[in-house]
Amino acid sequence: MRGLGRQNYMEIKWYIGLAVALFCTGIVGVLTRRNSIIIFMCIELMLNAVNLLLVAFSKMHAATALGLSNPNIVSDAQIFVFFIMVVAAAEVSVGLAIIVMLYRNTRSVDVNFLNRLKN
Amino acid sequence: MRFRAKAPLGVWGLMNNILQLVWLIPVLPLLGFLINGLGRKQVSKTMAGVIGSGTVFLSFLISVFVFFSVKSGNSQVVHYFHFININALNIGFDFQIDQLSSIFLLIITGVGLLIHVYSTAYMHDEEPKDFAKYFAYLNLFVFSMLLLVMGGNFVIMFIGWEGVGLCSYLLIGFWFKNTNYNIAAKKAFVMNRIGDLGFLLAVFWLIAKLGTADYHSVFANVASLSTSDITGITLLLFVGAMGKSAQIPLYTWLPDAMAGPTPVSALIHAATMVTAGIYMIARSNVLYTMAPLTQSIVAVVGLSTAILAATIALKQNDIKKVLAYSTVSQLGYMFLALGVGAYTGAVFHVMTHAFFKALLFLGAGSVIHAMSGEQDIRNMGGLKKYMSITHITFLLACLAIAGMPPFSGFFSKDEILAAAFAKNPLLWAVGVGGALMTAFYMFRLYAMTFLGKFRGTHEQEHHLHESPKAITIPLIILAILSVVGGLIGIPEIFMHGGHQLEAFLAPVFAQSNAIAVKHHLSHSTEYLLMGISVSLALIALVYAWRKFSKYQKTDTEETGLGKLMENKWYVDELYDAIIVKPVQTIANYFSSIVEKKGIDGFVNGIGKAVNYSSRHIRLIQSGQVGTYVLLMVLGILILFIIQLFL
Repeated sequence: MRGLGRQNYMEIKWYIGLAVALFCTGIVGVLTRRNSIIIFMCIELMLNAVNLLLVAFSKMHAATALGLSNPNIVSDAQIFVFFIMVVAAAEVSVGLAIIVMLYRNTRSVDVNFLNRLKN
Repeated sequence: MRFRAKAPLGVWGLMNNILQLVWLIPVLPLLGFLINGLGRKQVSKTMAGVIGSGTVFLSFLISVFVFFSVKSGNSQVVHYFHFININALNIGFDFQIDQLSSIFLLIITGVGLLIHVYSTAYMHDEEPKDFAKYFAYLNLFVFSMLLLVMGGNFVIMFIGWEGVGLCSYLLIGFWFKNTNYNIAAKKAFVMNRIGDLGFLLAVFWLIAKLGTADYHSVFANVASLSTSDITGITLLLFVGAMGKSAQIPLYTWLPDAMAGPTPVSALIHAATMVTAGIYMIARSNVLYTMAPLTQSIVAVVGLSTAILAATIALKQNDIKKVLAYSTVSQLGYMFLALGVGAYTGAVFHVMTHAFFKALLFLGAGSVIHAMSGEQDIRNMGGLKKYMSITHITFLLACLAIAGMPPFSGFFSKDEILAAAFAKNPLLWAVGVGGALMTAFYMFRLYAMTFLGKFRGTHEQEHHLHESPKAITIPLIILAILSVVGGLIGIPEIFMHGGHQLEAFLAPVFAQSNAIAVKHHLSHSTEYLLMGISVSLALIALVYAWRKFSKYQKTDTEETGLGKLMENKWYVDELYDAIIVKPVQTIANYFSSIVEKKGIDGFVNGIGKAVNYSSRHIRLIQSGQVGTYVLLMVLGILILFIIQLFL
């Protein structure tokens, strides 16, 4: 098995590992934290973990298909991910607006206060 | 045939093109039904009577023209439109205009017209609304009956077949405020349904085997059917005839059907509807001739019905019940004729029976009218001097049904008995026994009603009167027909070429006659048979006349055989015990156990389970965002696991 040092590109498993780590961090954060801003950040983390994975897989796929050993090729997903990030940015503004409204109403960003929506 | 827009050239031009107008024959009564039925609150009694009778009168006129047109050799199948057209099956809305249907057209519209006229007087005490409703039903009946006989295939016939059953139901239960009448109507309907199922299965069988229900194609391809197929089909058709024409074992509805108004009994339950079964078998005579087994069954069932009903009629005291059982008995004779292959004889008897039995019923109606609703002949007597027209016409009808020469019943009954003798002398002997009983019970009825002293109350005696013209004129016309109606079928031994009916109907039965084995009786045998049956009937007649003209009311109960007959051999009770009661028990079981506990329990159980579980599950919805997220993650994990490992 060839080590990292002798190559000028990373194997896919490292990308996967990083993405999984980011994703799990996101999940744990969402599950455990009560601060809505942090939950929101964790959600973004998960989204971007998936984005990373998408780019990595796409590039691997393209390289395998074209049979190039050291490709600097551009895969479709790179463009695609830019779109996702733009949309996510728009979505972030909505989410932050909700959090601001939450804060104005409850003087807190603790999501557990949201159960007052009941009744 | 296409409807040509050529203007008819006078009466003779009309006669030549009359087959273009046959669609009017059923449509006119249908129009009458729609006008009287929809406008029953608007039309006056006079209007309803005029519309009801007028439409039938016009139909009758056209029927007469059609008859003469057919007589001049102009019979055909008139095609109007495709009724059912699926794949290879093509059933057209056709009318078959030939000798057989034109005879029935005349009987239905002719007798129907007289009974409509009669009804205008008989039903005069009804509310205007009910009066119009009555005529609407009557017109609907005439329409259905015409459809039945004019249909060019078994499917169109079935439409009429169902229609007359419906009208019979509606008219038996016309006075629906009386629960017993409703029960009688239901009984008639249910028993007819049993027969209808047989008819329907036979038609399906035919279509499955031959791919057509047209009379022409069926009879042309009859040779391609196997014997078992033909026997099955004809037996099932006969089951249909049993229901409609009140034969053993489905006859018990007809006597109960007397709950309806008397003109209805005359039209539907004596002259026309109950002969539908005979028409159907006469129409499919080719099939029956090919199935000797079915023929024997038809003959035996017909003869047993004739005898059984005659014995019951001997002891009945309700004027209409006697006539009802007599109708069942006469229908039995017609089936005997069909069974022995004497199709002309059966149609002949249908015709003469329509005359004299309608006359008897209308006469009975006239008597009931005069007696203010009394129907028990033990409370009548001596009506001769109050109602002379009714009396004379009734007497003529009795002579006709008893088979006295030269009245119409003699010719038709004699033809049937002679054919039965040719087939099997035993059938003849039993048939003569029935004819003897017929003479006896008819003259018992006559003597108890019209002779002797009046046995009713003084109030009734004071009220006695002859009926109005609208009642007596139909009686007179029918009486004339009952007397001379037989002359179209004079047997060969009296007059060469005297049997005009046979010559007229010959084309319809030609195919059967070619197949059937002919038995010819010598002239001396025929005279002998005639002599025996007439003299026996005459003896019974005189005996009954002498015995019952001096009838006195007694309180002694009948015993032994008499009691058995008076109670109709307990057949109703038997059916009640072996069919009605068990079915009711099962129905009760299903309604109280299976329905209440099983089905209701299941349906309510689902509701309860949903209610209960949702009451508990809703507690999960706490509003805690953390819980929701946790559940979401768990859900996704579960989906992952399912996706990856299962």
